[in-house]
Amino acid sequence: MNLVESLLEKFSTGSGFWHPILWILAFVFIFLLIYVLRMFGRKDYKKNTDQEQPFLSGNIEYSSDQTHVTASNLYWGFIHSMRSVYTVVTKIHTGDARDYVIWFTIILAVLFVILEVV
Amino acid sequence: MNWFDNLLVHSPALVVATPLLAAFLTPLVSRIGDTARNIFVVVMIAVTSVVFGILGFDVLVHGPRIYIFGDSNLVLPVVRILFEVDAFSILFASIALLLAFVGSIYSLSFMKNQDGLDKYYTLLLLLLTSILGMVLTGDLFNFFVFLEISCIASCALIAFWVHRAEVFEAAFKYIVVSSIAALFVLFAIGLLYAQYNALNIATLANLLQYTYLDKITLVLFLGALALKAGLAPLHLWLPDSYGEAPPSITIVIMGATMASAYGVLRICFTLYGSVFTTITPQTSIIVGWFIIALAVITIILGIFMALRQRDLMRLIAFAAVGEIGYIFIGVGVRLASATIDTANNISYPAYSVVALQGSIFHIFNDILDIGLLFLVAGAIYYVTKKRTLDDLQGLAHHMKFSTVFFIIGLFAVSGMPPFNGFDSKLMLYESTFQLNPILAIIEILFSILLLAVFVKVFYAVFMGPKPQTPKVLREVPKSMLVAMGFFAGLIIFIGVFPEFFLETIIQPAAHALLNHTQYITTVLGGM
Repeated sequence: MNLVESLLEKFSTGSGFWHPILWILAFVFIFLLIYVLRMFGRKDYKKNTDQEQPFLSGNIEYSSDQTHVTASNLYWGFIHSMRSVYTVVTKIHTGDARDYVIWFTIILAVLFVILEVV
Repeated sequence: MNWFDNLLVHSPALVVATPLLAAFLTPLVSRIGDTARNIFVVVMIAVTSVVFGILGFDVLVHGPRIYIFGDSNLVLPVVRILFEVDAFSILFASIALLLAFVGSIYSLSFMKNQDGLDKYYTLLLLLLTSILGMVLTGDLFNFFVFLEISCIASCALIAFWVHRAEVFEAAFKYIVVSSIAALFVLFAIGLLYAQYNALNIATLANLLQYTYLDKITLVLFLGALALKAGLAPLHLWLPDSYGEAPPSITIVIMGATMASAYGVLRICFTLYGSVFTTITPQTSIIVGWFIIALAVITIILGIFMALRQRDLMRLIAFAAVGEIGYIFIGVGVRLASATIDTANNISYPAYSVVALQGSIFHIFNDILDIGLLFLVAGAIYYVTKKRTLDDLQGLAHHMKFSTVFFIIGLFAVSGMPPFNGFDSKLMLYESTFQLNPILAIIEILFSILLLAVFVKVFYAVFMGPKPQTPKVLREVPKSMLVAMGFFAGLIIFIGVFPEFFLETIIQPAAHALLNHTQYITTVLGGM
């Protein structure tokens, strides 16, 4: 019991428990478990035949050259659905050095007000 | 005294003087040959690191040290340069030396065959000198001088790749922003000097009464150093500067940015430490919530903007902005969590110390994680001469080591266990949650979004078919791999053994920062 308590105290983060070595051991255990489960799989499949291909509802599988999605198309849906946010966020980044000074002035003004200088 | 005692006594001065002297000798050594110059620069940074190691060990074991230039029998107030080195200074100086050392090793191959390398290495050493000076000095005017040196050296290095038109715009913006920040810092120092006839931080911290002029000084310091540290919405210069400088320099400029963050922390916890804890405790809470608000905006803006970038360097630069938000949120939590009783006495809950430790820890982790990603981006540019994400694909076929380093950087910066980023972010999540759960939720959500950002980069750049180029793509030279491997090794080591790093460096640094009385008595008691 004392050992368990001392381990819990050692692994405590204040709000929960964490230890990187345990995390790594857990990963090793999970990989071993997956490997053992995989050993129970069927070994009678025919290698280098269509049995190795993914099933795409009868459609022809395209080569990786044709299916690689470029960076600007990744997360297109997320960026499109967040376009109202991006309109505001992008507007701030004008690239004009004068705007940088304006923002600095605004921050100074806010600080002057909240610290009751003015 | 034997030679070792002499070395130890003068080590604070030597740590700054060695790279300064090396900077001016570099053009002369360059005349012997490029190899001699490269070896000279790396050796001089290594020598500085050794001297610093002796100083750092002594400070961590025996407590803060002071070094007075010109006279050992000094009566304050007087205008004289004084270095005060505590565990907090040690942490930031070690960051600067680490970055400069790795940057110089990386540069051996990355900058090979480029023109003007004598100037490049001279400026690199000057930048290192300025960062070391900023974090070791105990004198405000001296801090300003080193801040100015860092601005000039950084500006010149940002504009080093003169064949790219964008670098001049980035350098111009940097010098405008830096000059404004430095002028406001000078103005603030002038106000303090006019009132208290002193420039020494410890002396001023002891005398400060929070008069009307002191309030103005606090505003000027916070605004100017927040601008230099890249807190939103004052971060706008940062993606240009980080994105356009050579990656070997970007990581050192990150050290200069963190030196400004050091300035913010020194102002809040040392210079105004007594003011916040005894004279006007309410100000601590106001400043704390103000910093939290800016930190949250920084996280949101930085990571949202990173997601839509098409230029790899700018994408990492925006991610670096987001990480600055994480650093400052812990600082804000420490200040904002203060409770004031009916007798106007201030007390801080235990989680506020964890928040500050998390922030300080995250500074070191952020430097390693973002630094590694910048170095991998540099490796990609070195091999392909491309930096637009849409032009890159399938590099894992040719750059296996760089791919592994990118994966390590990706997981570390996103706060995935068991890498170093997770340890500091966990401290920040837990402590922030106790102040306000919504803040912790924002931090976690945007860490996930940051993971998504770099998964996108990984998929687009490293996965997919082999790139169709007439040139045969190969892995980068060994010196670049060693530099990246060094960062990756540290990321894994700190991630797996965080207690060692926390107990030996981070907790003493946080303790030194919070113990402003010790900082003051080290100087005033040592006169």
